[in-house]
Amino acid sequence: MSKITSYEELLQIFKDGITIMAGGFMGIGTSEVLVSALLESNVSGLTLIASDTATEGAGVGPLIVNKRVDKLIASHIGTNPETGRQMIEGDLEVELVPQGTLAERIRAGGSGLGGILTPTGVGTVVEEGKQKIEVDGREYLLEKPLRAEVAIIKAKKADKLGNLVYNQSARNFNPMMAMAADLVIAEVEEIVEVGEIDPHDVDTPGIIVDKVFLKGGK
Amino acid sequence: MVLNKTAKETIAECAAKELHDGDVVNLGIGLPTLIPNYLEEGVNVFLQSENGFIGLGPVRGEAQPDIVNAGGQPAGIIPGGAFFDSTYSFQLIRGGHVDVTVLGGLEVDQHGNLANWMIPGKMVPGMGGAMDLVTGAKKVIVTMEHCSKKGAPKILKECRLPLTGKGVVDLIITELAVFKVTEEGLVLVELQEGVDLETVIEKTEAEFKIKN
Repeated sequence: MSKITSYEELLQIFKDGITIMAGGFMGIGTSEVLVSALLESNVSGLTLIASDTATEGAGVGPLIVNKRVDKLIASHIGTNPETGRQMIEGDLEVELVPQGTLAERIRAGGSGLGGILTPTGVGTVVEEGKQKIEVDGREYLLEKPLRAEVAIIKAKKADKLGNLVYNQSARNFNPMMAMAADLVIAEVEEIVEVGEIDPHDVDTPGIIVDKVFLKGGK
Repeated sequence: MVLNKTAKETIAECAAKELHDGDVVNLGIGLPTLIPNYLEEGVNVFLQSENGFIGLGPVRGEAQPDIVNAGGQPAGIIPGGAFFDSTYSFQLIRGGHVDVTVLGGLEVDQHGNLANWMIPGKMVPGMGGAMDLVTGAKKVIVTMEHCSKKGAPKILKECRLPLTGKGVVDLIITELAVFKVTEEGLVLVELQEGVDLETVIEKTEAEFKIKN
């Protein structure tokens, strides 16, 4: 079964109210084609899990600007003023999570863990409502796993089995998100034959990637 | 204060003296990014960028779109650098593999508490990686101007803004002075050039001792 997907097929995937993870840091490593497909699908009421909301025109920013997101789980929203505006007006529920905790919660979600224990946030508002566990005299917060229905991933290269290679600092949240969603879609700049990527160089094994979209294949 | 130096330059130059050859360092956005300009010759540090690499450096040649710093600005990677994902990046940070982090501050108090991530009702940018950095780095240095733009002290008895970390700060560097956070409270360890003690006392709300 081919994993290579057309743009028309992408438009059928997204549904109202689903939870989406989007890789990227300030838009670097975010699939802009998949963000466009989400917008064109006209879905709304999304829960979005991402490192940040980039700027109004980059990364996942347009999903916020176009009011497709009801709930956001992210570590930083300051560079996209629209996110703060919607949050203050009560149109957008925002859960701010320390960036390292966000990465670990997603890792936990994709690796069958019941959560992680981190000292980050102890003694701050982040600890509110969370279980505190003492281990060998140090306090930790129990942070629960995160999962999504769909993960949108950006990689540099894929083979036809969906093995992925990321580029430079565009890797960031992509590998963990590819593990933590029911459906994993990757936008890539190049698709090569099976065997052309040295197994040493595979960052994300194709067995967890469901669909591959070639950038420019729109 | 030397007139031909701005407050920021004074602070960055002073902070550079705290970094040692071979240190793994994470610099916050803004003022801390000036620090590498003041490193003495022979002092080479590895800059960690929380979005996923070690060996952060200036852009060399043509900017590469997939390399940015933690503020999202174009950046470069030095020979010998390494890319990794965000989980690994914060494992380095929380796991004690970062020797020093230098961050800006809105408020610091005499217990070593730091507030630098939000002003309720006004500015809620999010904590990004700051809470992990202050929790996990071996040494936490706060660099900031001594008073707010309105002239209010920023080194306080107790922070009033929501905390980034509790009891996490090791050193505070301002354009007036340097304070060390110890178990006995704040200790003034250095006055910046041309600054007198009375000025520091007047502009600091926190109680502090003076190093002998």
